[in-house]
Amino acid sequence: MCGRAAYWGGAEMGRAFAPAIIALAVAFCLAFLPLWVSGYVLGLLTIAYYFGVFSMAWDLLFGFANEVNFGPTFLIGLGAYTAGILDSQYQPPIAICIAAGALAAVVGGVLLALPALRLRGPYFGLTTLVAVLILQNFVVVFADLTGGEIGLTVPDVISINANVNYWIALGFMSFSGLVLYGLSRSPVGLILQASGQDPVQAGALGFNIVKHKLASFVVSAFFSGLAGALMVFYLGVASVGTFIDISVGVQVIVGAVLGGRRTILGGAIGAIFLIGAGELLRPLGDLATFIVSAIALVVVLAFPGGLIGLASRSRGAA
Amino acid sequence: MKALEVERLSKHYGGLAAARDISFSVEGGEILALIGPNGSGKSTVMKSILGVERPSAGSVRVNGVEVAGWPPHRIARLGVGMVFQHSRPLHRQTVLENIALALTPDSLLRLLPDPATYRKAGAIAERVGLSGVLDRKPATLPFADLRRIELAKAIARDPAVVLVDEPFAGLTSRETAAFAELIAEMRRDGRAVLIVDHNVRSISSLADRVFAMYVGERIAEGSPEAVMNDETVRRVYLGGALTTASRPESAFKDAATPFLEVEDVDVFYDRAQALEKVSLHVHHGEFVAVVGLNGAGKTTLFNAISGLIPYRGAIRREGRSLTGVSAASIAAGGVVQAPEGRDLFTEMTVAENLDMGALRLSAGDRTERLAWLFDLFPRLQERLRQTAGTLSGGEQQMLTIARALMTKPDLLILDEPTLGLAPIVMEQISKALERLRQTTEITVLLGEQNVTFALPHADRVYVLEHARIVWEGPPSRFAAEAGERYI
Repeated sequence: MCGRAAYWGGAEMGRAFAPAIIALAVAFCLAFLPLWVSGYVLGLLTIAYYFGVFSMAWDLLFGFANEVNFGPTFLIGLGAYTAGILDSQYQPPIAICIAAGALAAVVGGVLLALPALRLRGPYFGLTTLVAVLILQNFVVVFADLTGGEIGLTVPDVISINANVNYWIALGFMSFSGLVLYGLSRSPVGLILQASGQDPVQAGALGFNIVKHKLASFVVSAFFSGLAGALMVFYLGVASVGTFIDISVGVQVIVGAVLGGRRTILGGAIGAIFLIGAGELLRPLGDLATFIVSAIALVVVLAFPGGLIGLASRSRGAA
Repeated sequence: MKALEVERLSKHYGGLAAARDISFSVEGGEILALIGPNGSGKSTVMKSILGVERPSAGSVRVNGVEVAGWPPHRIARLGVGMVFQHSRPLHRQTVLENIALALTPDSLLRLLPDPATYRKAGAIAERVGLSGVLDRKPATLPFADLRRIELAKAIARDPAVVLVDEPFAGLTSRETAAFAELIAEMRRDGRAVLIVDHNVRSISSLADRVFAMYVGERIAEGSPEAVMNDETVRRVYLGGALTTASRPESAFKDAATPFLEVEDVDVFYDRAQALEKVSLHVHHGEFVAVVGLNGAGKTTLFNAISGLIPYRGAIRREGRSLTGVSAASIAAGGVVQAPEGRDLFTEMTVAENLDMGALRLSAGDRTERLAWLFDLFPRLQERLRQTAGTLSGGEQQMLTIARALMTKPDLLILDEPTLGLAPIVMEQISKALERLRQTTEITVLLGEQNVTFALPHADRVYVLEHARIVWEGPPSRFAAEAGERYI
């Protein structure tokens, strides 16, 4: 039996964390990109990395807690606008604005999840969808505070150097990915997965399902809000179209599903792919969106495991 | 102090009492079997003990602590484990990790796997006979090993009370013996074991005592032998003195080529065999009953006949093979199933549901057919404008049968029409079937686990058990030759 424990400690651990190690190696290589590519591409990737965090945080809920959150932008928007409004009103240090954004997303997420998690079936998802609409209306109605439909210009940015912004986004995505992936592979992640898959059985094993789902919502909200707040201080402006609109949420969801459900890291791959492919096809005009959507649809229909599932399958076949 | 004490437990859903005044107790080192036919309320009692359902009244005590109304995870932590009938392990995790999960404390801060947990999980796996497959993923394992994982998870936290839901469903006889030994081992370990099952026979060698329920109430209690010989139990499971109207097989003209022939049919679901070399036949105008407990394979058999699932072997209608014929063509050809669970369009009215069955009929035929059906089921005429979802269970069943009859079937397949119905409602459906049989030439294949309901109508009876036909004969010989299997 001792041999088994040692076995788990070595090879098994290595197998579980191999994807994370590969991902970190890739991130390390990506850090050298500013030596070669243009500022425009860097800017694009910076945005893509933030979307990667949105999608990874979303996968924690969908892939593990088995809750479809149609309102990722409710959490992202809360983080972005809280940070932005705080900065435009009182100009505290940027770090405080960002922390406040993450906190607001967590508080909003708990207030939303507490009642919504009591609902069964599709109603949880519908509640989150309504939350997005409410936030969107709030921003439009209180235009004096939020900038309304025109958008909110924040007086500060973290840096005007494209390379620095790029590295911040890359570092943040790597950190988030590591934490979320580690969490998903930890005993807590297993409990969460069991709670999502078979709540009755998880309860009979002594697990408090609501507690675990709520905790996953808190973690997901924290990273969504933090990413939203960081992105505001990169863009220098917050608008409904970038942070809250349903279509933004759809992109986050498609990114996560495209990359591979229940993989966490797939979220980052999917989100980067979506933004990258959209840009590469931009010369095609409106057709670009259509083609990217079609590719996403084909991958989701033909390979429910997403891009990561596809990759691990071809590796297994070889 | 008993490990588990249930006292005057009742559970109502709206006006319906699913369990009434149920009292029993189980000591450490004892196996009590809670038995009853479908709808008897045994699952309700089990869920109330687990905390999945909140009892309407009464008390549930675990080692003297009142737990009625507690959430499931608190009851579990107090020492109640459950072996679920259907296993849903984590598919990306190994067998060992699945068992280790059950040993993991309910903490949000446990971020690193604990080697001691894995050592303990390995030891438990060895006890239930899984040590050879620790590193396999559940999807690659045979059905019996999946059940072993469930067993391992249930005993992982060393519970004082273990609930076991239908321990032997879907297992072969050899696996059944191995499982019985594992459950007996729980008794030796001093746990209080509560087995929930349909009949006494399957657990008679294992249980110390049996508690029998019927429509929410206690009907008998005692040793397995005493309960099997109990008057009330025999009446519930086998019916009283039987009046059958069965006709001998020679009375049917199509003796050479029966209307429906099923020959050596095998069906597999993943790794579990749901039908094994099943053969039966139905003559034109005959009423044939296939009786068998939950999970015996009745629905699978009917789905194979209806062309809904793939099978090996032959199914012929009037000598012509139905293999490869689409489900839609089989139904359009007049082999019509009234499915278990009813499958009504719940948002549509009764009239609209009936119209769905009349799509292929001419207007004249339709009116005539409706009049005939309303004569058979007057209740449906009263409810014509009501949506199907608002009907009572019995009315829904009548509607399901009526909708199937609307299509003017050559063969009507009725799958568990009594499922979840109160005895008085069964009586009404039974009367309708009796009239159907007497006034028309209809051919019926009925699947039932309620023998009392099935026998009076049947010309011939097949007993389906663990995927195989184990008995065939006229209803008059059933109680003497096959009755024991049923209590």
